[in-house]
Amino acid sequence: MIHHPPPAASARHPAVAVAALLIAAPAVPAAADSTVSTLTVAVSQQVDSFNPFTAQLAVTTTVLGHVYDRLLTNDPRSGEPAPALAESWETGEDGLTWTFHLRRDAVFSDGEPLTSDDVVWTLTTVMENEAAAVAGGNYVAGFEKVTAPDDHTVVVELARPQATMTSLDVPIVPRHVWEPILEREGEGFAGHTGEDLPTVGSGPFVLTEHARGRSITLEANPGHWRGAPGFDRIVLRYYSEKDAAVEALRGGEVSFVPDLTDAQATSLEGAEDIAVNFADGKRFQAFTVNPGARTRDGEEFGDGHPALADRTLRRAIAMAVDNQEIVDKAHGGRAVAAGGYIPARYTDFHWAPEGGETDPDFAPDTADALLDEAGYARGADGVRVSPDGDRLRLRMHVHQDRPDNVNAGLIVAERLAGIGIEVENLTVDPGVLSDALHAGEYDLIFTGWTVSPDPDYVLGIHTCDALPLEPGTMQGDAYFCDEEYDELYEAQLREYDPGRRAEIVRDLQRILHREAVVNVLAYPDIREAYRTDHIDPSSVQVQPDPGGNIWGQDGYWALWSARPAAWTGGASGDGLPPVARAGIGAAALLAAAAGTAVLLHRKATEEDRE
Amino acid sequence: MSDPAAPRREGREDTGGLRRALRHVAGRLATALASLAAVVVAAFFLFRILPGDPVRAMTEGREVSAQQREELRRQFGLDQPLWQQFADYALGLLRLDLGTSFQYREPVTELVLDRLGPTLLLAGTGTAVAVSLGLFLGTRAGWRPGSPADRAHTAVALFFWSVPTFWLGLLLIVLLASGRGITPGLFPTGGMADPAGGGTVLDTVRHMVLPVTTMAAVVYAQYLMIMRSSLLEERGADYLTTARAKGLRDALVRRRHAVPNALLPTVTLVFLNLGQVVSGVILVETVFSWPGLGQLFYSGLRVPDLGLVQGLFVLFAASVILMNLLADLVYPLLDPRVRP
Repeated sequence: MIHHPPPAASARHPAVAVAALLIAAPAVPAAADSTVSTLTVAVSQQVDSFNPFTAQLAVTTTVLGHVYDRLLTNDPRSGEPAPALAESWETGEDGLTWTFHLRRDAVFSDGEPLTSDDVVWTLTTVMENEAAAVAGGNYVAGFEKVTAPDDHTVVVELARPQATMTSLDVPIVPRHVWEPILEREGEGFAGHTGEDLPTVGSGPFVLTEHARGRSITLEANPGHWRGAPGFDRIVLRYYSEKDAAVEALRGGEVSFVPDLTDAQATSLEGAEDIAVNFADGKRFQAFTVNPGARTRDGEEFGDGHPALADRTLRRAIAMAVDNQEIVDKAHGGRAVAAGGYIPARYTDFHWAPEGGETDPDFAPDTADALLDEAGYARGADGVRVSPDGDRLRLRMHVHQDRPDNVNAGLIVAERLAGIGIEVENLTVDPGVLSDALHAGEYDLIFTGWTVSPDPDYVLGIHTCDALPLEPGTMQGDAYFCDEEYDELYEAQLREYDPGRRAEIVRDLQRILHREAVVNVLAYPDIREAYRTDHIDPSSVQVQPDPGGNIWGQDGYWALWSARPAAWTGGASGDGLPPVARAGIGAAALLAAAAGTAVLLHRKATEEDRE
Repeated sequence: MSDPAAPRREGREDTGGLRRALRHVAGRLATALASLAAVVVAAFFLFRILPGDPVRAMTEGREVSAQQREELRRQFGLDQPLWQQFADYALGLLRLDLGTSFQYREPVTELVLDRLGPTLLLAGTGTAVAVSLGLFLGTRAGWRPGSPADRAHTAVALFFWSVPTFWLGLLLIVLLASGRGITPGLFPTGGMADPAGGGTVLDTVRHMVLPVTTMAAVVYAQYLMIMRSSLLEERGADYLTTARAKGLRDALVRRRHAVPNALLPTVTLVFLNLGQVVSGVILVETVFSWPGLGQLFYSGLRVPDLGLVQGLFVLFAASVILMNLLADLVYPLLDPRVRP
C-alpha cells in the first residue's frame, strides 16, 4: 500500500511528498514494458567504436559479433569450425585456393540479400586500406586476391598456405552501407565510430541504441537464417564498479554478470534464484623468464639477470613451482593446473608433460640438485651464486590489479626461496609491468593470454620474427627465439590436416616447456552468474558443451539461444510485488522525515520559549 | 590645507580607489592566466610520465600484428616527435579544441558536452544538499557549543567525513539497492536512468538518491565545522548583546544578527569548493556508474588515453582557477573590510 501524506504535512514538508512519490514511482515504467523480453547484462568496459573495421575493445567486438555474421563459426559442442555465412568450403590441390559457398538465405536487416559481393568487398577493404585493417588486418595478411565467380561463391587466393582460414574473425558488412561511408570519410575513416543506428547487419541482433557510458541495446533480428533469438532485446548495462553489478544481480536489476572475481563468485553461490557458472578457462596464467632481451638483429638491451640465459637455471625455476599449489591457493581450486601452453579446454591442441625422470614438471629436489651440479653454489645466506659470480636475486613483476597473479606471485617467491633463489616481489601497476617488459628490464614477469580456438596467434608471438626491430616494438611477450620452434611454427600453419596440425602444435609446446622461458601455471576458470528467474538455465548454449562459458564465446551461441524463464519475477529478489516494496519504502522515509520534522520543531519552539 | 584642495583630493581618492580596484582585478586575472598556462604544460607532460603505453593497453589480448599497432600509433599521432605533439595540443587549446580521445575516437569537447549535464546535476545537487545541511546543523551546533546537540552533530559529521566515499557508496548499495535481507531493493544500484522505460524526471531523481546521499554525507562536515566556528566567534559580540537588550528572542538574535555575519567565511569556502566539486565526484560517479565526467576521466586513466585525460585535466584545472578567481573578485563585494 502507498501511504499518502496528509495535505498539511506535504505542504509544509514538500521533501517528504517528493520522497514518497520517488519510491512509489518505479512500479509504473517497469510494468509498461513487460511484453518485451529483455536480457540485461552488466558490462564494465566502455565502447570504443562500433566501426567493425577499427573496434578493439572486448565489449564492442562482442557486440559486433552479434550484429554481423562471419564466414565460419565454431561449433560449441565439437569445437570444430562450423558453417555460418558459408555453408561449405574447400581447398584447392596446392592449398593456396580456398572456396567458400555462401548460404542463399542470408539477408541484411534492411532487407538486402547478402551476396559474395559483400564478402569480397569487406575482405578486400581490410587488405587494401590500412585504416580499415586496424581490427582484422592480421587475418588477411597472407591473402593475394579475393574474387566472386558468382553471387554465392567466394574464392580466396593465398600467397602461402595458412591453416587459420577456418577462423577468420572478420565481420562481413553490407557493401551498400559501408562503401559510401569509406568514400565520404576518406582519411578520417579511422575516426568514424559507426554510430548510425540501427546498424545494418546480417547477424541475429540489430544494434539499435547506444547511450554513452550507460547502455547498449540490441534488438532481436527475427528473420535471421539460424532462427529468431530467444529474447526480444539484449541490454548491456554499464557498471563501472563490478561489486555494484553483483548487487544489481542480487536485486534483479540485471540478469547476467560476467567476469567475476573468485570472491564475488563465491559470495553468489547459494543465493536464491542465482546460478553461478564456473567454466573451463580460455586463458592461461604464466610467468616468463627474461632469457636476455634482444632485437631481431641480435642487439642486446635491458638489464635482465645474466644467469637467466642458462636453460638449466630456467628449468630449475620452473620445476620448483607446483602448479597444483597455485590452483589450490591462488585460485581457490577454481582453475586447472597447467600443462603446456594451450589450455586444457582445447582438447585437440592441449599438451601436458609426461612427467617422469627426463622431463619432470614439479620436482624441487631435482631442481636443487641440478643447480648444485651446474655450479650454482649456495652463499652463506642460503642464496645461490651463479658460476659467473652473480648472486641469484631476481626481480618479479606482478600485476597488482589481478588478485590471482598477486597470490600466485607470493607462492612462486616462496618456492624459489626454497631452491636458493631470492625474489624481489614487485607488485605493480600493469603499465609499469608493460614498460619493464618492453624495455627488457625484468627477470621474472607475469603474463597471460586468452587463447582462441585456433592457437596460431599465441604460438606466433614466440617466433624469432616476434622479437622487436628496435627496443619497445616487440610483438611477443618473452624474447623467445628458437630455430626448431620457428620451423615447426611454419609447418603447423601449412598443415591442413587437423590431426597432424595438432601433433605439431603439441611439439611446439614441448619446446616451450623444455626451454622454460614461458612457464604456464594455471588455466583459471571463467566465473559468471545469472538469474534463473530471468533466464531459463536449460536454454543457454554454453561453449564448450558441457562445462563451457556463456560470455566471451566464439560465436553468438549463448545470447542467441537464451530464453526467458517461464516466470519472470519483478525487479526484486524477495518476492514482494513492486507496489508493496514501494509502500514499505515510502512509509519508512515518511516516518523518518516526520520524526525529524517533529524533533526540529520541538527544539525550535523550545528555543523560542527561552 | 586650503579649501580648494579638498575637492581635488577627494577626486584623487576616487580615481585612486577605482585604479586600485582595477589593479586588483588585473592582478588576479594575470595570476589566473599564468596558472592556466602552467596547467596546460603540466597536463601534457604529467600524463606522458604515466607508465604504460596507450596502444599496447588498448590492444591487450587482441590478436593484432605489429603493423596494426603501428597504424594505431600513427592515427593517435604518437609517431610524431614530442615537440610536434605538444605544439598540436597547445595550438588546439588556443582554438578551444581539447584534442581527440584515443579510445572513444571522438573530440574530447564532444565527450565532455555529453557528460557535463549528468555531472553538474549530481555535483550541483550533492553540493546544495551538503551546504544546506552543513549550514543548518552548523548553526545549531555553534549557537550552543558543548550542548548534547552540538556534540552529536559534530561527531556524526566527522564520522562521515572520515568514511571512504567508495565504501559508503557500496554499503548504501548493499543496504538499500540490492534487495538483500529484509530491506527491499528501494533504489537502483547504478546509472542515471532505467534502460527500459526510463528517462522520466522521477526515474532520474530516483537514481540520484544514493549518489547524492553518499556525496553529501561525506562532505557536509566541512560546511558544518566552518559555520560552527564562525558562529562561535560571533557569539560574544557586542551587537548581539544589544540585540538581546532590545528584547529579541534568542532564535531571532541568531537568525537575524549572528548568522548573516557568520556566513561570510562560509560563502568563501563554498566558492572555493565549487571548482573542486567536479573532480570530487569521480569516486561517487565510479561507484554508482554515473555517466559523468568523473567516470569518463577514470576510464581514460586506465589506458592511459592521453588525448582524453590531458583535455579533461585542463578543463578541471580551469574550472578550479575560474572559481578561485570568482571568489577573489566577489568576496570584496560581500565584505567591505577586505576591499582593496
